Amino acid sequence: MSDEVRGLKGTQLYLNDVHRSFDGYKAINGLSMVITEGELRAVVGPNGAGKTTMLDIITGKTRPDQGRVIWAEHTDLTKLDEASTARLGIGRKFQKPTVFETHTVEDNLMLSLAGDRGVKASLLFRIAKAQKARIDELLELVRLTSARHRLAGSLSHGQKQWLEIGMLLAQEPKLLLVDEPAAGMTDAETMRTAELLRDIAGKRSVVVIEHDMDFVRALDCKVTVLHRGAVLAEGSLDHVSANQEVIEVYLGR
Amino acid sequence: MASTSFIDRRLGVFLALLAVVTVGVPLANTALSPESGLHVPTYMLSLIGKYLCYALLAVALDLVWGYCGILSLGHGAFFALGGYAMGMHLMRQIGSRGAYGNPVLPDFMVFLGYEKLPWFWHGFDMFWFACLMVLLAPGLLAFVFGWFAFRSRVTGVYLSIITQAMTYALLLAFFRNEMGFGGNNGLTDFKDVLGFSLSSDGTRVTLFVLSALALGGGLLVGRWITMTKFGKVLVGVRDAESRTRFLGYRVEQFKLFVFTVSAMMAGVAGALYVPQVGIINPGEFSPANSIEIVIWVALGGRGTLVGAALGALIVVAAKSWLTSAFPDAWLYALGLMFILVTIFLPQGVLGLIEKLGRGRREQPEPEAVEAEA
Repeated sequence: MSDEVRGLKGTQLYLNDVHRSFDGYKAINGLSMVITEGELRAVVGPNGAGKTTMLDIITGKTRPDQGRVIWAEHTDLTKLDEASTARLGIGRKFQKPTVFETHTVEDNLMLSLAGDRGVKASLLFRIAKAQKARIDELLELVRLTSARHRLAGSLSHGQKQWLEIGMLLAQEPKLLLVDEPAAGMTDAETMRTAELLRDIAGKRSVVVIEHDMDFVRALDCKVTVLHRGAVLAEGSLDHVSANQEVIEVYLGR
Repeated sequence: MASTSFIDRRLGVFLALLAVVTVGVPLANTALSPESGLHVPTYMLSLIGKYLCYALLAVALDLVWGYCGILSLGHGAFFALGGYAMGMHLMRQIGSRGAYGNPVLPDFMVFLGYEKLPWFWHGFDMFWFACLMVLLAPGLLAFVFGWFAFRSRVTGVYLSIITQAMTYALLLAFFRNEMGFGGNNGLTDFKDVLGFSLSSDGTRVTLFVLSALALGGGLLVGRWITMTKFGKVLVGVRDAESRTRFLGYRVEQFKLFVFTVSAMMAGVAGALYVPQVGIINPGEFSPANSIEIVIWVALGGRGTLVGAALGALIVVAAKSWLTSAFPDAWLYALGLMFILVTIFLPQGVLGLIEKLGRGRREQPEPEAVEAEA
């Protein structure tokens, strides 16, 4: 019950009894969850558990049939579109790394920097010194400094994943939604990614969707197990791993 | 890869060549005697002027298709609307010199039994008003069309199809006599503009120079737009629209802006085209015309602006030559040209020229090295 107590103050995101079905298929079926400020949370679950649909609903890409999604204690996200949720401070990394392939690494970050997103502001944009410094900092963080002038399309899969995380950070979001960041990464890259996400958490809330259990263990955080669009179990990795239902639907396979 | 200087090599070379043509062709027309081998007859001057208008139209399409991924199959409609706006002014300028001698009503209206000028013809007797309409008519259509289409997130093939439907609907509408735009025959028999006879060499040269300047201006405007952060967002929309949205950009606003600017550019091209060819009729709205613009851009090199202009010049020049040399075969030749370029030159003719140029200098551009490193 401690979650509900904390849920009142310091809540970044609150999903309450969210439902969404597609042609009769209940992708999300009574999902409730609380993410607190600065929390790192791993969301696991078998295919079709509704993980990606959950992210679609939070970011305004998909409207829920029923239920509420509350941002920072007062804003209802279900009325907003992707651009609005992004402007509120939600950054989303896709399962398949999605970067601007024909732009340089540097331009990818420049386009992601927090700031006015309007047409006029974009036409008149001049990069400021502080923004340049921020790009340098981010390049360092995601280890792409030497690749700054390369086209993003020429990066390796793992590097693209990292660039996308860098782009998310450039937005200065309050919440990062990260969909399978370790997919296609080497073991060393996977561990580095876990380390990076742990560093980011604390300052920002981070929700990581992941299949790789080694990666989840490395994240060392609270785990939510989704099944058929609802929460099956929640707690530490050891706690949920010991849950008989979880073993049946997911881990046991 | 795009260079970072405003006037890069590609644009610089093209503008230099354009400047030579802008000065050289009128000189060869007026200063050289008709017996001289280098003399350019006036009909040829106007023909090249017409090509330059097409090139500007291609640049307009490249701005939306090459940079933002909006494959418009209806850009001919914006060109035609600009042309009609100019045509209406030229009709009003005829005054009482028409076949029926009516000082206000154009001939076709007298013939169709109009009592008075339709409301939408008012104001076109003033040149500045017509110029304003050259921009506003296509711009407004693009804005309204784009507002609905982009807000509803119509993209890809579906968007192409409705742009095609738009120009087809306008074709049918302008064919009708009741529309008040001269129906099937359109607008023609123009006499003069701002008091200068349209058949005089001086006016022809002026129109030619204006067309060249408009093309150069269009290229510079396009270059400016694509060099800004706005332009980089456009490319982002083209390559990963969802990423752009999730970064917080309202994609529909960006599309709407560039689509409207492009339509206005096409309108200017149409307005310069009409006095040089002496007629505007509903045929300009035909879907085939709009598809041909796409071919120009693809053939020249999409997403380069200069390539689009080059593609238009190559295709229309080839078309002029082939239609007289092989009247039965030119369509096949055009089709073949398009297929070959698509298969063998994905970067278009401009890509080939630049590749050959690099090969000759035998040192890849520094950017290319970095990109491959």
